[in-house]
Amino acid sequence: MLLPTPCGPVSGQMNDLMVGRTTRSTATRPTTDGSVIEDRDQQLALWTAYELSYRGFADVHPDREWDLEVLGLRAEIEARFERELRSVTRDRTGRVADDTPLGDELLDMVAGDEGPRLSAYLRRDATAEEMRDFLRERSIQQLKESDPQSFLLPRLEGAAKVALAEIQYDEYGAGRVQNLHQTMYARTLEAVGLDPQYGAYVEEVSAVSLASANVMSLFALHHRLRGAGLGHFAAFEASSSVPSRRIAAGLQRLEMAPEAGAYFDEHVEADSVHEQVAARDVCGSFVADHLSLRQDVIFGAACALYLDARSGTELLERWESGRLQDQAS
Amino acid sequence: MTDDVRVRPCPDGPVLVRGAHALVDDDGRRHEITRPVVAVCACGKSSRAPWCDGTHKARPRRADG
Repeated sequence: MLLPTPCGPVSGQMNDLMVGRTTRSTATRPTTDGSVIEDRDQQLALWTAYELSYRGFADVHPDREWDLEVLGLRAEIEARFERELRSVTRDRTGRVADDTPLGDELLDMVAGDEGPRLSAYLRRDATAEEMRDFLRERSIQQLKESDPQSFLLPRLEGAAKVALAEIQYDEYGAGRVQNLHQTMYARTLEAVGLDPQYGAYVEEVSAVSLASANVMSLFALHHRLRGAGLGHFAAFEASSSVPSRRIAAGLQRLEMAPEAGAYFDEHVEADSVHEQVAARDVCGSFVADHLSLRQDVIFGAACALYLDARSGTELLERWESGRLQDQAS
Repeated sequence: MTDDVRVRPCPDGPVLVRGAHALVDDDGRRHEITRPVVAVCACGKSSRAPWCDGTHKARPRRADG
Protein backbone atom coordinates (compact mmCIF):
# COMPACT_ATOMS: atom_id res chain seq x y z
CA MET A 1 0.00 0.00 0.00
CA LEU A 2 1.16 3.54 -0.82
CA LEU A 3 0.47 6.72 1.12
CA PRO A 4 -3.05 7.94 0.36
CA THR A 5 -3.48 11.19 -1.55
CA PRO A 6 -4.07 13.95 1.02
CA CYS A 7 -7.41 15.76 1.03
CA GLY A 8 -6.54 18.93 2.94
CA PRO A 9 -3.85 20.80 4.88
CA VAL A 10 -3.60 18.37 7.83
CA SER A 11 -3.36 15.14 5.83
CA GLY A 12 -1.03 17.04 3.47
CA GLN A 13 1.22 17.93 6.36
CA MET A 14 1.09 14.38 7.73
CA ASN A 15 2.21 13.03 4.36
CA ASP A 16 5.02 15.59 4.19
CA LEU A 17 6.22 14.56 7.66
CA MET A 18 6.07 10.91 6.67
CA VAL A 19 8.40 11.36 3.75
CA GLY A 20 10.60 13.91 5.52
CA ARG A 21 9.58 16.78 3.23
CA THR A 22 8.99 19.13 6.13
CA THR A 23 9.27 19.44 9.89
CA ARG A 24 6.54 20.73 12.14
CA SER A 25 8.81 23.46 13.46
CA THR A 26 8.97 25.00 9.98
CA ALA A 27 5.51 24.08 8.70
CA THR A 28 2.53 26.35 9.08
CA ARG A 29 0.11 24.76 11.47
CA PRO A 30 -3.18 24.15 9.69
CA THR A 31 -6.21 25.79 11.27
CA THR A 32 -8.72 23.25 12.45
CA ASP A 33 -12.05 24.38 13.80
CA GLY A 34 -15.23 22.43 14.21
CA SER A 35 -15.87 18.71 14.36
CA VAL A 36 -12.92 16.32 14.04
CA ILE A 37 -15.31 13.40 13.55
CA GLU A 38 -16.71 15.01 10.40
CA ASP A 39 -13.39 16.31 9.10
CA ARG A 40 -12.06 13.92 6.46
CA ASP A 41 -8.78 15.78 6.33
CA GLN A 42 -7.94 15.22 10.01
CA GLN A 43 -9.34 11.68 10.07
CA LEU A 44 -7.27 10.71 7.05
CA ALA A 45 -4.15 12.19 8.66
CA LEU A 46 -4.86 10.21 11.82
CA TRP A 47 -5.55 7.01 9.89
CA THR A 48 -2.25 7.44 8.03
CA ALA A 49 -0.33 7.98 11.27
CA TYR A 50 -1.92 4.92 12.91
CA GLU A 51 -1.32 2.79 9.86
CA LEU A 52 2.41 2.86 10.59
CA SER A 53 1.58 0.60 13.59
CA TYR A 54 -0.31 -1.86 11.36
CA ARG A 55 0.74 -2.73 7.79
CA GLY A 56 2.65 0.47 6.96
CA PHE A 57 3.25 2.01 3.54
CA ALA A 58 5.69 0.91 0.85
CA ASP A 59 6.77 4.54 0.32
CA VAL A 60 7.28 5.44 4.02
CA HIS A 61 10.29 4.40 6.10
CA PRO A 62 9.12 2.14 8.97
CA ASP A 63 11.03 4.31 11.47
CA ARG A 64 8.42 7.04 10.98
CA GLU A 65 6.19 5.05 13.34
CA TRP A 66 8.19 6.55 16.21
CA ASP A 67 9.11 9.84 14.55
CA LEU A 68 8.48 12.66 17.02
CA GLU A 69 7.19 15.00 14.33
CA VAL A 70 4.63 12.44 13.15
CA LEU A 71 3.67 11.60 16.72
CA GLY A 72 3.36 15.29 17.56
CA LEU A 73 0.84 15.99 14.82
CA ARG A 74 -0.96 12.74 15.63
CA ALA A 75 -1.23 13.75 19.30
CA GLU A 76 -2.77 17.12 18.39
CA ILE A 77 -5.50 15.46 16.32
CA GLU A 78 -6.03 12.79 18.98
CA ALA A 79 -6.53 15.40 21.72
CA ARG A 80 -9.25 17.14 19.69
CA PHE A 81 -10.83 13.81 18.70
CA GLU A 82 -10.99 12.58 22.29
CA ARG A 83 -12.40 15.89 23.52
CA GLU A 84 -15.17 15.71 20.93
CA LEU A 85 -15.93 12.06 21.73
CA ARG A 86 -16.28 12.88 25.43
CA SER A 87 -18.53 15.79 24.62
CA VAL A 88 -20.89 13.92 22.27
CA THR A 89 -21.25 10.91 24.61
CA ARG A 90 -21.75 12.89 27.84
CA ASP A 91 -25.53 12.42 27.82
CA ARG A 92 -25.24 8.68 27.50
CA THR A 93 -22.40 8.12 29.98
CA GLY A 94 -24.17 10.32 32.53
CA ARG A 95 -27.24 8.05 32.58
CA VAL A 96 -25.35 4.97 33.74
CA ALA A 97 -26.08 3.52 37.17
CA ASP A 98 -23.17 2.51 39.40
CA ASP A 99 -24.76 -0.50 41.08
CA THR A 100 -25.60 -2.71 38.07
CA PRO A 101 -23.06 -5.42 37.22
CA LEU A 102 -20.96 -3.99 34.38
CA GLY A 103 -21.65 -6.81 31.89
CA ASP A 104 -25.41 -6.30 32.24
CA GLU A 105 -24.96 -2.55 32.06
CA LEU A 106 -23.09 -2.76 28.77
CA LEU A 107 -25.56 -5.18 27.20
CA ASP A 108 -28.44 -2.97 28.40
CA MET A 109 -26.80 0.09 26.84
CA VAL A 110 -26.68 -1.68 23.49
CA ALA A 111 -30.18 -3.18 23.81
CA GLY A 112 -31.65 0.21 24.73
CA ASP A 113 -29.93 1.92 21.81
CA GLU A 114 -32.32 3.03 19.10
CA GLY A 115 -30.10 2.97 16.04
CA PRO A 116 -30.98 4.49 12.67
CA ARG A 117 -32.23 1.12 11.36
CA LEU A 118 -29.45 0.74 8.82
CA SER A 119 -29.44 -3.06 8.96
CA ALA A 120 -33.25 -3.22 8.64
CA TYR A 121 -32.94 -1.12 5.49
CA LEU A 122 -30.15 -3.30 4.11
CA ARG A 123 -32.27 -6.38 4.71
CA ARG A 124 -35.47 -5.17 3.06
CA ASP A 125 -34.91 -2.18 0.80
CA ALA A 126 -31.30 -1.52 -0.21
CA THR A 127 -30.34 -1.68 -3.87
CA ALA A 128 -27.24 -3.65 -4.89
CA GLU A 129 -25.35 -0.38 -5.32
CA GLU A 130 -26.33 0.79 -1.82
CA MET A 131 -25.24 -2.56 -0.37
CA ARG A 132 -21.89 -2.16 -2.14
CA ASP A 133 -21.61 1.37 -0.78
CA PHE A 134 -22.14 0.04 2.76
CA LEU A 135 -19.54 -2.72 2.29
CA ARG A 136 -17.06 -0.22 0.87
CA GLU A 137 -17.49 2.26 3.75
CA ARG A 138 -17.03 -0.54 6.32
CA SER A 139 -13.98 -1.98 4.55
CA ILE A 140 -11.63 0.44 6.30
CA GLN A 141 -12.31 -1.09 9.70
CA GLN A 142 -13.23 -4.65 8.68
CA LEU A 143 -10.07 -5.40 6.71
CA LYS A 144 -8.16 -4.91 9.96
CA GLU A 145 -10.90 -6.34 12.12
CA SER A 146 -9.61 -7.31 15.60
CA ASP A 147 -6.13 -5.90 14.98
CA PRO A 148 -6.60 -2.81 17.18
CA GLN A 149 -7.84 -5.02 20.04
CA SER A 150 -4.69 -7.13 19.83
CA PHE A 151 -2.83 -4.07 21.12
CA LEU A 152 -5.04 -4.25 24.23
CA LEU A 153 -3.93 -7.76 25.21
CA PRO A 154 -0.57 -6.90 26.80
CA ARG A 155 -2.28 -4.13 28.79
CA LEU A 156 -4.49 -6.66 30.62
CA GLU A 157 -4.01 -9.27 33.31
CA GLY A 158 -5.68 -12.47 34.47
CA ALA A 159 -9.28 -13.26 33.57
CA ALA A 160 -9.79 -10.23 31.29
CA LYS A 161 -6.71 -11.18 29.27
CA VAL A 162 -7.77 -14.83 28.96
CA ALA A 163 -11.25 -13.81 27.80
CA LEU A 164 -10.00 -11.32 25.21
CA ALA A 165 -7.48 -13.86 23.88
CA GLU A 166 -10.28 -16.40 23.53
CA ILE A 167 -12.29 -13.99 21.36
CA GLN A 168 -9.25 -12.98 19.33
CA TYR A 169 -8.43 -16.61 18.58
CA ASP A 170 -11.90 -16.96 17.09
CA GLU A 171 -11.61 -13.65 15.17
CA TYR A 172 -8.28 -14.78 13.77
CA GLY A 173 -9.80 -17.95 12.33
CA ALA A 174 -9.49 -20.41 15.26
CA GLY A 175 -6.48 -22.04 13.63
CA ARG A 176 -7.84 -21.94 10.07
CA VAL A 177 -6.44 -19.37 7.65
CA GLN A 178 -9.58 -19.39 5.53
CA ASN A 179 -11.62 -18.39 8.58
CA LEU A 180 -9.57 -15.29 9.40
CA HIS A 181 -12.36 -12.73 9.63
CA GLN A 182 -10.38 -10.06 7.78
CA THR A 183 -9.91 -12.44 4.87
CA MET A 184 -13.58 -13.41 4.95
CA TYR A 185 -14.45 -9.72 4.60
CA ALA A 186 -12.04 -9.42 1.67
CA ARG A 187 -13.84 -12.36 0.03
CA THR A 188 -17.15 -10.55 0.56
CA LEU A 189 -15.80 -7.46 -1.19
CA GLU A 190 -14.50 -9.52 -4.06
CA ALA A 191 -17.77 -11.45 -4.39
CA VAL A 192 -19.75 -8.23 -4.90
CA GLY A 193 -17.24 -6.79 -7.37
CA LEU A 194 -15.32 -4.48 -5.05
CA ASP A 195 -11.56 -4.21 -4.53
CA PRO A 196 -10.57 -6.54 -1.65
CA GLN A 197 -7.16 -4.94 -1.12
CA TYR A 198 -6.33 -3.49 2.26
CA GLY A 199 -6.78 0.28 2.20
CA ALA A 200 -8.19 0.32 -1.35
CA TYR A 201 -11.00 2.71 -0.44
CA VAL A 202 -9.31 4.92 2.13
CA GLU A 203 -9.40 7.90 -0.24
CA GLU A 204 -13.13 7.46 -0.89
CA VAL A 205 -14.79 6.64 2.43
CA SER A 206 -16.36 9.30 4.63
CA ALA A 207 -14.84 11.04 7.64
CA VAL A 208 -17.20 9.11 9.92
CA SER A 209 -16.05 5.78 8.45
CA LEU A 210 -12.44 6.77 9.06
CA ALA A 211 -13.32 7.96 12.58
CA SER A 212 -15.03 4.62 13.29
CA ALA A 213 -11.77 2.84 12.47
CA ASN A 214 -9.54 5.45 14.13
CA VAL A 215 -11.35 5.39 17.46
CA MET A 216 -10.27 1.77 17.98
CA SER A 217 -6.62 2.67 17.40
CA LEU A 218 -6.93 5.75 19.61
CA PHE A 219 -8.15 3.60 22.51
CA ALA A 220 -5.89 0.60 21.88
CA LEU A 221 -2.62 2.46 21.35
CA HIS A 222 -2.91 4.50 24.57
CA HIS A 223 -2.52 2.64 27.84
CA ARG A 224 -4.54 5.39 29.55
CA LEU A 225 -7.53 4.60 27.32
CA ARG A 226 -7.45 0.79 27.58
CA GLY A 227 -10.72 0.74 29.55
CA ALA A 228 -12.42 2.71 26.78
CA GLY A 229 -10.96 0.27 24.24
CA LEU A 230 -12.52 -2.66 26.06
CA GLY A 231 -15.89 -0.95 26.42
CA HIS A 232 -15.88 -0.01 22.74
CA PHE A 233 -15.07 -3.60 21.81
CA ALA A 234 -17.88 -5.03 23.98
CA ALA A 235 -20.48 -2.63 22.54
CA PHE A 236 -19.20 -3.24 19.02
CA GLU A 237 -19.52 -7.01 19.40
CA ALA A 238 -22.89 -6.74 21.12
CA SER A 239 -24.33 -4.64 18.31
CA SER A 240 -23.22 -7.07 15.62
CA SER A 241 -25.06 -10.40 15.68
CA VAL A 242 -28.59 -9.14 14.91
CA PRO A 243 -27.45 -6.66 12.21
CA SER A 244 -25.23 -9.38 10.69
CA ARG A 245 -28.26 -11.63 10.35
CA ARG A 246 -30.18 -8.86 8.58
CA ILE A 247 -27.29 -8.00 6.26
CA ALA A 248 -26.84 -11.66 5.32
CA ALA A 249 -30.58 -11.75 4.50
CA GLY A 250 -30.23 -8.56 2.43
CA LEU A 251 -27.36 -10.04 0.41
CA GLN A 252 -29.49 -13.11 -0.20
CA ARG A 253 -32.49 -10.99 -1.26
CA LEU A 254 -30.28 -9.14 -3.75
CA GLU A 255 -29.02 -12.50 -5.02
CA MET A 256 -25.46 -11.39 -4.53
CA ALA A 257 -22.92 -14.23 -4.62
CA PRO A 258 -23.29 -16.69 -1.71
CA GLU A 259 -19.64 -16.07 -0.74
CA ALA A 260 -20.64 -12.49 0.04
CA GLY A 261 -22.92 -13.55 2.87
CA ALA A 262 -20.47 -15.97 4.51
CA TYR A 263 -18.79 -13.23 6.52
CA PHE A 264 -22.10 -12.02 7.98
CA ASP A 265 -23.39 -15.55 8.55
CA GLU A 266 -20.26 -16.29 10.54
CA HIS A 267 -20.80 -13.16 12.64
CA VAL A 268 -24.34 -14.08 13.72
CA GLU A 269 -23.07 -17.03 15.72
CA ALA A 270 -19.59 -15.73 16.51
CA ASP A 271 -20.79 -12.43 17.92
CA SER A 272 -23.55 -14.04 19.97
CA VAL A 273 -20.65 -15.63 21.83
CA HIS A 274 -18.33 -12.65 21.72
CA GLU A 275 -20.84 -10.17 23.08
CA GLN A 276 -21.33 -12.24 26.22
CA VAL A 277 -17.63 -12.92 26.72
CA ALA A 278 -16.60 -9.33 25.92
CA ALA A 279 -19.17 -7.68 28.19
CA ARG A 280 -19.08 -10.07 31.14
CA ASP A 281 -15.64 -11.68 31.12
CA VAL A 282 -13.41 -9.08 29.48
CA CYS A 283 -14.98 -5.86 30.76
CA GLY A 284 -16.49 -7.35 33.93
CA SER A 285 -13.17 -8.85 35.07
CA PHE A 286 -11.24 -5.75 34.07
CA VAL A 287 -13.46 -3.43 36.09
CA ALA A 288 -13.46 -5.81 39.07
CA ASP A 289 -9.69 -5.24 39.19
CA HIS A 290 -9.83 -1.55 38.23
CA LEU A 291 -12.94 -0.06 39.83
CA SER A 292 -11.88 3.49 38.99
CA LEU A 293 -11.92 2.67 35.26
CA ARG A 294 -15.58 1.64 35.13
CA GLN A 295 -16.57 5.00 33.67
CA ASP A 296 -13.90 4.67 30.96
CA VAL A 297 -15.38 1.35 29.87
CA ILE A 298 -18.83 2.95 29.67
CA PHE A 299 -17.33 5.87 27.72
CA GLY A 300 -15.80 3.50 25.16
CA ALA A 301 -19.09 1.66 24.73
CA ALA A 302 -20.92 4.97 24.27
CA CYS A 303 -18.41 5.96 21.55
CA ALA A 304 -19.07 2.73 19.64
CA LEU A 305 -22.83 3.29 19.76
CA TYR A 306 -22.50 6.95 18.84
CA LEU A 307 -20.28 6.36 15.81
CA ASP A 308 -22.35 3.41 14.63
CA ALA A 309 -25.46 5.59 14.73
CA ARG A 310 -23.69 8.48 12.98
CA SER A 311 -22.48 6.19 10.24
CA GLY A 312 -25.92 4.61 9.80
CA THR A 313 -27.63 7.98 9.58
CA GLU A 314 -25.03 9.23 7.12
CA LEU A 315 -25.53 6.28 4.76
CA LEU A 316 -29.33 6.34 4.94
CA GLU A 317 -29.36 10.09 4.21
CA ARG A 318 -26.89 9.69 1.36
CA TRP A 319 -29.03 7.02 -0.28
CA GLU A 320 -32.22 9.00 0.35
CA SER A 321 -30.81 12.07 -1.39
CA GLY A 322 -29.51 9.86 -4.22
CA ARG A 323 -33.05 8.57 -4.75
CA LEU A 324 -34.46 12.10 -4.75
CA GLN A 325 -31.91 13.14 -7.38
CA ASP A 326 -32.76 10.10 -9.48
CA GLN A 327 -36.45 11.00 -9.31
CA ALA A 328 -35.71 14.61 -10.25
CA SER A 329 -33.62 13.74 -13.28
CA MET B 1 -6.65 -27.10 27.82
CA THR B 2 -8.43 -29.92 29.66
CA ASP B 3 -11.08 -32.14 28.12
CA ASP B 4 -13.67 -30.89 30.59
CA VAL B 5 -16.72 -29.30 29.07
CA ARG B 6 -17.65 -26.10 30.89
CA VAL B 7 -21.14 -24.67 30.77
CA ARG B 8 -22.23 -21.22 31.91
CA PRO B 9 -25.70 -19.70 31.54
CA CYS B 10 -25.78 -15.94 30.87
CA PRO B 11 -28.63 -14.00 32.52
CA ASP B 12 -31.35 -13.34 29.89
CA GLY B 13 -29.03 -14.78 27.27
CA PRO B 14 -27.56 -17.96 25.87
CA VAL B 15 -25.61 -20.73 27.59
CA LEU B 16 -21.88 -20.54 26.89
CA VAL B 17 -20.26 -23.93 26.32
CA ARG B 18 -16.50 -24.35 26.28
CA GLY B 19 -14.46 -27.43 25.43
CA ALA B 20 -17.16 -29.42 23.60
CA HIS B 21 -16.62 -31.04 20.19
CA ALA B 22 -20.25 -31.51 19.22
CA LEU B 23 -23.75 -30.90 20.49
CA VAL B 24 -26.64 -33.34 20.03
CA ASP B 25 -30.04 -31.63 20.00
CA ASP B 26 -33.43 -32.93 21.18
CA ASP B 27 -34.10 -34.48 17.78
CA GLY B 28 -30.86 -36.44 17.97
CA ARG B 29 -29.11 -34.31 15.35
CA ARG B 30 -25.41 -33.85 15.89
CA HIS B 31 -23.93 -30.35 15.44
CA GLU B 32 -20.15 -30.14 15.10
CA ILE B 33 -18.41 -27.42 17.12
CA THR B 34 -15.42 -25.70 15.52
CA ARG B 35 -14.99 -22.62 17.69
CA PRO B 36 -13.51 -22.49 21.20
CA VAL B 37 -16.77 -21.28 22.78
CA VAL B 38 -20.30 -21.57 21.50
CA ALA B 39 -23.45 -19.79 22.63
CA VAL B 40 -26.35 -22.24 22.83
CA CYS B 41 -29.84 -20.75 22.49
CA ALA B 42 -31.75 -20.78 25.78
CA CYS B 43 -34.81 -18.73 24.78
CA GLY B 44 -36.06 -21.15 22.11
CA LYS B 45 -36.51 -18.39 19.52
CA SER B 46 -33.25 -18.61 17.60
CA SER B 47 -33.53 -19.05 13.85
CA ARG B 48 -30.21 -20.90 13.99
CA ALA B 49 -30.97 -23.36 16.77
CA PRO B 50 -29.19 -24.82 18.61
CA TRP B 51 -26.98 -21.72 18.38
CA CYS B 52 -27.87 -18.29 19.73
CA ASP B 53 -28.51 -15.67 17.03
CA GLY B 54 -29.25 -12.72 19.31
CA THR B 55 -33.04 -13.00 19.01
CA HIS B 56 -33.42 -13.11 22.82
CA LYS B 57 -32.68 -9.39 22.82
CA ALA B 58 -35.99 -8.73 21.11
CA ARG B 59 -37.83 -10.30 24.07
CA PRO B 60 -38.69 -8.43 27.27
CA ARG B 61 -36.24 -9.03 30.07
CA ARG B 62 -37.31 -10.75 33.25
CA ALA B 63 -38.61 -8.26 35.79
CA ASP B 64 -36.01 -9.43 38.30
CA GLY B 65 -33.24 -9.66 35.65
